[in-house]
Amino acid sequence: MNRLLLGLTLATIAAGAAYAAGPDLGAVQQSATNWPAILMFLFFVLLTLGITYKAAKGTKSAADFYAAGGGISAGTNALAIAGDYMSAASFLGISGLVYTSGFDGLIYSTGFLVGWPIVLFLIAERLRNLGKFTFADVASFRLDQTAIRIISAVGTLVVVAFYLIAQMVGAGKLIQLLFGLPYLYAVIIVGVLMIVYVAFGGMKATTWVQVIKACLLLGGATFMAGAVLLKYGFNPEALFANAVQVHPKGDAIMAPGGLVSNPVEAISLGVGLMFGTAGLPHILMRFFTVSDAQAARKSVFYATGLIGYFYILTFIIGFGGIALLMSDPSYFKLGAAGTFDKLKDMIGGTNMVAVNLANAVGGPYFLGFISAVAFATILAVVAGLTLAGASAISHDLYAQVIARGRTTEKHEVNLSKLSAVVIGIVAIYLGYVFENQNVAFMVGLAFAVAASCNFPVLAMSILWRGTTTWGALAGGLVGLLAAVIMVVLSKAVWVSTLGNPAPLFPYDNPALFSMPLAFATIWVVSTMDKSRRAQRERAAFEAQYVRSETGIGAAGAHAH
Amino acid sequence: MSGTTVGLRGRTAPPGTRPPGTDVDPQVERIVRTPEFQHLVGERTRFAWILTILMLVVYFGFIGLIAFDKSLLAVKVGGTASLGLFAGVFVILFAFALTGIYVARANTRFDALSDALKRSVAR
Repeated sequence: MNRLLLGLTLATIAAGAAYAAGPDLGAVQQSATNWPAILMFLFFVLLTLGITYKAAKGTKSAADFYAAGGGISAGTNALAIAGDYMSAASFLGISGLVYTSGFDGLIYSTGFLVGWPIVLFLIAERLRNLGKFTFADVASFRLDQTAIRIISAVGTLVVVAFYLIAQMVGAGKLIQLLFGLPYLYAVIIVGVLMIVYVAFGGMKATTWVQVIKACLLLGGATFMAGAVLLKYGFNPEALFANAVQVHPKGDAIMAPGGLVSNPVEAISLGVGLMFGTAGLPHILMRFFTVSDAQAARKSVFYATGLIGYFYILTFIIGFGGIALLMSDPSYFKLGAAGTFDKLKDMIGGTNMVAVNLANAVGGPYFLGFISAVAFATILAVVAGLTLAGASAISHDLYAQVIARGRTTEKHEVNLSKLSAVVIGIVAIYLGYVFENQNVAFMVGLAFAVAASCNFPVLAMSILWRGTTTWGALAGGLVGLLAAVIMVVLSKAVWVSTLGNPAPLFPYDNPALFSMPLAFATIWVVSTMDKSRRAQRERAAFEAQYVRSETGIGAAGAHAH
Repeated sequence: MSGTTVGLRGRTAPPGTRPPGTDVDPQVERIVRTPEFQHLVGERTRFAWILTILMLVVYFGFIGLIAFDKSLLAVKVGGTASLGLFAGVFVILFAFALTGIYVARANTRFDALSDALKRSVAR
């Protein structure tokens, strides 16, 4: 257990964003089979499979499959966005981080939230007005279909791959801990369920899985935070005072600690979290499920509220963990003399703070409920990722690049379903291969690539008249490679994984460098591009501009 | 393909077909020239960028304090809670409030301008 905790601490420091977004549970021991949790989870699975069955019967066209027919309401979409975005790791990881470091947990909570206003102000409505199923539809609106779809699809698949590996490994470890099931079983269950949801139910089933998960997670977290506050007469000050008293770091937990020691690192992490959110393909896809720009805008507003509320809850839950668990030896692995380290010896590791707190405030059945919710949470996130990856393969790479638009809708959807199956199988395999690897940096890398490849290509193609195909292609490629190379040369991979003595790139978060590099490349190459095609593309901006700003001529995904 | 009643010639095809040649659609040209379009886009773009910059200033201000002035954030604000804690919660509430302000303005002002534009184009 000590090795696990050491690993966790290192991961926290080294991997930055990754830690909060993807739990690296290290080497865990399998616990006793947790029947209440398994039964509640089975109930969730049956419910979602029933919904998938209904969704499959109603999924006929490509619009049904990719965009749930475009008829999702703003409120439903907001819940689905929240369900897609709030990972098990932000629930368990951030509450664990608050437990060990107090204030520092807020650095991630705020970072994960502040991308949403940017999405609303610059992206959401224009995306809905211009696109149909994927963000590549939008980026390639007036640019070359082949080149832009390739770079967008590659960006999508890289983000999906890293995000998915982190989630699969996290799921395996988590389920080993929570349910007492072997790692491989857990990975296979997650993989098979996500294939079923996506391949049979498409966006409709995925949406409802995410909505149900969001409701369960928000409900469970609200109950937990409420129970904690109830013990302190709904006076947060009393909770904080008690927490400071029992925490070994004392008053230091109320101030910024060592998590972000280097200013450049802090800002780079912030850039990655903020703009990465605006480039996550599975999130961007959700804007095509609503009927128009008004609904897209409202869904971001509601989703921001839900996600912000959730992060405030995780903060209370983390402090509740400090106040209610730290003085209770039954939640710790005791040493020889019955002593324990409050920060290192928690049963299951500090990522289990929320789970142990569930037991403390609600007993074993509530513990089972929260465990089931954590599993459901992972499923909802991986289903969204799988759908985004499958859409990039079928709608972007196959239909537009390989078949050059000469394919049927039915054929394209079938290929998408097949892609979902393949992605699921690959994810199970990778989850198996990466079992004992450090995957904590992978979600951080996914956000960095989203911020450095997808976001610049999308933003520049919508907002700047001068963007040309060559510019977008070069900038996207440079951003993608820069983000990946900088992470590979950073401490998390170069030293911790590859075993080299010193990192070649000094920071763990590349976005501060890789994102501006991508924007600059798009600008420079576009400006230098004097080709006939470039002139045509600049001239075509006007039509795109009118449609992106007004919605006149916009495709309703629901009608054809 | 449907959506709005006002269609743009050459852009009613689904995205995925090639963009038109260098000659700009006269319908597009006409919309861009209307004062309603200029008004709507000018006002909304300005508003959206002001809010974006506000969000960037507040968030990176918070991150900047964490990076450069940890002791300020450690200052106690009545009892145990520190200034940093209030600042963090403020960033979250501020982000939500900004989205609310944008949506409120878009639902009233921008949608009205947009409807006026559509009426003017349909004439």
